[in-house]
Amino acid sequence: MQPNPWRSIPPLSKPAGRRGFLKLGAALTGGLALGARPGLAEPQPASPPADPPWSQSLGPGVVDRPYGRPADFEAGVIRRNVPWLTAGTESSISFSPLQDLHGIITPNGLFFERHHAGRPDIDPDQHRLMIHGLVERPLILTMKDIVRFPSVSRIHFIECPANGGMEWRAAQINSLQFNHGMISCAEWTGVRLSTLLEEVGLKKEAKWVLVEGADGAHMNRSLPLDKCLDDCLVVYAQNGEALRPEQGYPLRLVVPGWEGNVNIKWLRRIKLGDKPWYSREETSKYTDLMPDGTSRGFTWLIDAKSVITFPCPEKPLTGPGLYEIRGLAWTGNGKVKRVDVSTDGGVNWQTAQLHEPVLSKALTKFTLPWQWDGRPTLLQSRVIDESGYVQPTIAELRKQRGTNSVYHNNSIQTWQVKPDGSVFDVQLA
Amino acid sequence: MFSSRKLSLLLGAGMIAAAGAFASAAEPGHFGYGQKATPEQIAGWDIDARGDDGAGLPPGKGTVERGTEVFADQCAACHGTFGEGEGRYPKLVGGAGTLKNDRPELTVGSYWPFAPTLFDYINRAMPMPAPHTLSADDVYALTAYILNLNDLVPSEFVADRDSLPKVKMPNRDHFIWTDPRPDTTAKPCMNACTDAASVKINSTAEGNGLTPRTTGPLDTMQPK
Repeated sequence: MQPNPWRSIPPLSKPAGRRGFLKLGAALTGGLALGARPGLAEPQPASPPADPPWSQSLGPGVVDRPYGRPADFEAGVIRRNVPWLTAGTESSISFSPLQDLHGIITPNGLFFERHHAGRPDIDPDQHRLMIHGLVERPLILTMKDIVRFPSVSRIHFIECPANGGMEWRAAQINSLQFNHGMISCAEWTGVRLSTLLEEVGLKKEAKWVLVEGADGAHMNRSLPLDKCLDDCLVVYAQNGEALRPEQGYPLRLVVPGWEGNVNIKWLRRIKLGDKPWYSREETSKYTDLMPDGTSRGFTWLIDAKSVITFPCPEKPLTGPGLYEIRGLAWTGNGKVKRVDVSTDGGVNWQTAQLHEPVLSKALTKFTLPWQWDGRPTLLQSRVIDESGYVQPTIAELRKQRGTNSVYHNNSIQTWQVKPDGSVFDVQLA
Repeated sequence: MFSSRKLSLLLGAGMIAAAGAFASAAEPGHFGYGQKATPEQIAGWDIDARGDDGAGLPPGKGTVERGTEVFADQCAACHGTFGEGEGRYPKLVGGAGTLKNDRPELTVGSYWPFAPTLFDYINRAMPMPAPHTLSADDVYALTAYILNLNDLVPSEFVADRDSLPKVKMPNRDHFIWTDPRPDTTAKPCMNACTDAASVKINSTAEGNGLTPRTTGPLDTMQPK
């Protein structure tokens, strides 16, 4: 049996944060007073000993909401964008509200979005997947054809390589959602790309694969054949239901562990070739400019990264005492091996507990019990993946890549906790 | 996972039941789902033009002069009359020699390695409200115009499948197409990893006014 990690935490030397709790109580009372709308009847008491109104009435029946939706009280838990970041919303990004999510699966309505020409709404009966080029039998498949192939389900994250891209020069955005929310994780169901490629038969000169979407951008990327034969999936379902339109309905590619934009949504064409295509999305964009003026291309891999999701700027602490530090870790290299947490800005580290399931190229949850004494604190997490790679600091990344590479900022996040429990995004010298 | 041997047996049995159900009968070892793509069908969707050698560029041609007209009609509203960019829509010209600067300017002229990629991208994705609606001649003309704006081709340049791959883009040889990562070698030190006195905050996002709200309705904040 595992020792209970909570029992090993020494208590605070003085009675824990009584003043803090008093302050919190006052804040809550104030909040309630502000929230009460004038002209409305005094709300009925709902706490013990009172029996709340919902316990003394009949609720709506089944199929009142035939599809279902979150509780009205969760209305603020939504994807959000940074309006000043892009010219419009059609070629833009939205961020998952990681601060309000629990576990490793992202609900379908909260999965981050990255469109290059808006979201097409595609009739699945009219959708086609064409596979051609250096193949023996060029093929056109309907959705019914695709669903008929042997199916697999896999849990994988997808992360935009620009996640954290606003932080290369300095701490800029005081938010977990906006600094880390270009990642989401789902169970994907579909057919292995290798199954489809075997079906059409590859000519021996075939070395590269063009994948292209049916959106207005005809979004396209080149992928090396080896990766396509290894673990790529052509999927039609996400967390047990059909893909959401924002995620590529009716069909998308999943390229496990590789940067989001190669996971082509609204997939309509696969072409086999002998060389890469050097499309706009792999030359002008999604390349990494180095300080010496050279650029790195085809940097597909998502390096290991982790972030503490509680506490965070959106979820401050509420006074000294016992807390569970919570976070997520992931790597395109396979599985997360270990996550360490520092509460002193990286001087000392403790190993956090990883929660099952720990899956390859999927989000992994970690936690660490923590006694906060109410003093200023610098929280960090650091992941080590099964390849032995250790998540770097932003200073280490900058030393290699400068500040203009935009993509692949997988550095350690530092959260500054102030004595009042508020949390800020900072970077250390 | 299906082994190919099992698969053949399975399909063999299945085919007897399903004979005649498919336009193209399955060969042993294949599922036989779907339809053979005809050359006409392929031609309609086979739009890619390869960057480094122009393979796939279609017939047709366009002049800088024609490109000036098409650009004014189709592109200038977002990219500016001379490719200087409107608002936050991308600048298409300038930035030569800035790639090592603190604030580099990445444009077709300063950054793009291959001219055929410009044809490919305009053809597949532009103009944004009506992508893939321009003729090949007009896309060639726009390509010629934008290359000319960047002083990469003379004003009498005619863009076509032969001329575009020969345009040498200034940044062509400055890409490394093999990923050099991992490029950091951090070690997982556990105790006294740095001098506690040296731990200093050197930047904070607190109070800089760049963060949209994360509660309530969506924010519409714009830069000050």
